[in-house]
Amino acid sequence: MRKVLMGNHALSYGAKLSRAQVISAYPITPQTEVVELLSEMCASGELNAKFIKVESEHSAMASLIGASATGVRTFTATSSQGLALMHEMLHWAAGARTPVVMGNINRALAPPWSVWTEQNDSLSQRDTGWMQLYAQNNQEVLDSVIQAYKVAEALDLPAMVILAAFVLSHTSETVDIPEQDKVDEFLPPYKREYKLDPDEPHAFGGLTAPDNYFELRYKIQKTMEEALIKWEEVGKEFGDFFGRKYGLVETYKVSDAKDLIVSSGTMASTARNVVDRLREKGKKVGLLRIRVFRPFPSEKIREILSSVDRAIVIDRNIGFGSSGIFYQEVKAAMYNEKKTPPIFGVVTGLGGRDVTSKDIVGIYEDVTKMEEPKSDIIWKGINI
Amino acid sequence: MKLTIPEKEIMSSGHLACQGCGAVLAMRYTLKALGKNTVIALPACCWSVIDGPFPHSSVNVPLFHTAFETAASTASGIKAGFDIQGKKDVNVVAWAGDGGTYDIGIGALSGAAERNDDIIYVCYDNEAYMNTGNQRSSSTPLKALTTTTPIGRPKEDNKKDIISIMAAHLIPYIATASIAYPEDMIEKFEKAKHTKGMRFILVFSPCPTGWKYSPQLTVKLARLAVQSGIFPLIEIENGTKWRLTKKIAKPKPIIEYLKLQGRFRHLKEKDTNEIQKIVDQTRNRLLEKIGE
Repeated sequence: MRKVLMGNHALSYGAKLSRAQVISAYPITPQTEVVELLSEMCASGELNAKFIKVESEHSAMASLIGASATGVRTFTATSSQGLALMHEMLHWAAGARTPVVMGNINRALAPPWSVWTEQNDSLSQRDTGWMQLYAQNNQEVLDSVIQAYKVAEALDLPAMVILAAFVLSHTSETVDIPEQDKVDEFLPPYKREYKLDPDEPHAFGGLTAPDNYFELRYKIQKTMEEALIKWEEVGKEFGDFFGRKYGLVETYKVSDAKDLIVSSGTMASTARNVVDRLREKGKKVGLLRIRVFRPFPSEKIREILSSVDRAIVIDRNIGFGSSGIFYQEVKAAMYNEKKTPPIFGVVTGLGGRDVTSKDIVGIYEDVTKMEEPKSDIIWKGINI
Repeated sequence: MKLTIPEKEIMSSGHLACQGCGAVLAMRYTLKALGKNTVIALPACCWSVIDGPFPHSSVNVPLFHTAFETAASTASGIKAGFDIQGKKDVNVVAWAGDGGTYDIGIGALSGAAERNDDIIYVCYDNEAYMNTGNQRSSSTPLKALTTTTPIGRPKEDNKKDIISIMAAHLIPYIATASIAYPEDMIEKFEKAKHTKGMRFILVFSPCPTGWKYSPQLTVKLARLAVQSGIFPLIEIENGTKWRLTKKIAKPKPIIEYLKLQGRFRHLKEKDTNEIQKIVDQTRNRLLEKIGE
């Protein structure tokens, strides 16, 4: 069935089709429609789930970790300040190996107040042990929630599906809603191996001395490495089921590309149009969209970057005191390679400032005039 | 001999509590009343250590360690998880200290109470952050010494009235309990077990390490707290029906309770008189509320 959906409702439908059993959420702009629709679905009985209307995002995450530990499928959604408030419990979810799935609407952090899009909220959670996926359109938002459960539950690690504030959250697009039967077949109920069960009592998460803690952290990293394969597998299987195939990254016209634009989310979909435009002018440009950011697909990135002459990473975020975060990660992935192109890092669009096709063409023109990167940040669209 | 409390022990020995720990008796009696079909959400508190390090546990029921401020919210989630699976008879207990209840966890506690989530929230109250080495909490009584209210600057503020705060939420069941009165305590937990919705029980748990008294005096001090009226044993139904479960016709002078504890060793007569006055006033207000 095709339906016109805003990005927020694509998240709600994703959770509903995945048959989330416990939902717990707190409202924040621009996430509210996600939980409003889920509340309606629970109220009407369309979705058989317990909805805990908590008093904070911190409690939202805490309650889902508890619920997940009993062996049920859980969902929440938040944004910006809400995600920042959850930070402590994000670590807890990963450490407790609870496969909570969450939608996060990328919104800039205060002060000053902003409700517009920027990736610093989710990227600040980079090292919490959550898998992170940046979607580029509403179809991908819905599809990714379903895939996220499949990956998260196979590995017992939480996953975040991330979309741009307003550019996706409040923009309506035509979305194909998969048949429930087919989703059920693709995503069977969650079975947790070690769970809270009075018939088999265990303590979870107690004081663990240095002789064991290290190995538990090692296991999270090993699972992250497994997740690289799992996201590819599940993305392909999703394609077999529903006709839309996904991977860790998406490439566009890279086979003969000399210049490569690297980006994520909706900026990458704008960049795809720019590639076409520049190709019309005879420029050999390609696009690499990083879809899964954690685990970071370094191998894929090396494969693609090794064959281009120049890479331009466009970040809608900033690691203060360093540079754009995707840029840092891409550069780190290439550092030990014998053959690496120069990598240019562009920071733009912070606080939701529009990044248009024209801006990206401008970025391309500016960068291709440079012989090599002179600094770690090329600012674009700033009025100073 | 006929026992007045359930004989069956659920908690085992081998836990890591200090000698004379009141919080251990609190858990032991609680589990006797609630039975094996119980799951505990445990935030940071003394019990995070007492239960035993990985891979040991002394409670013999599932126990989920969670962050300091999340006893109530974690328990709400666990309950929801069991409910949606049709396992509606599991007693889900949030088991927190006074720091996790009066201070850092009060937001989550208030949230769960307002939603009337079907959990039993237990605060074992040892009147300071004992796990981190006796720093003051908002449950620390007036004039007590802690490591952050030291000699020369003992606590200048009254103990927070958590019971009235909980009563204002109009939840189905609230009680205070004491390890010196196990029959009363177990009766309250049994009542809580058979009540639906949010239940809150405050268990007075003397701490020899923090209060600076000899470990064999734990039960005696708990009893003196009730007999002097500084910790009355009550229950409240639906936030409005208050009842004393242990009537003390003639309360003992508070000095008898205070003088056994090193945390009050610096008190002068005017200080104990001031505390006596506050205890009397609080008791009168309580009796008024109860209608006696």
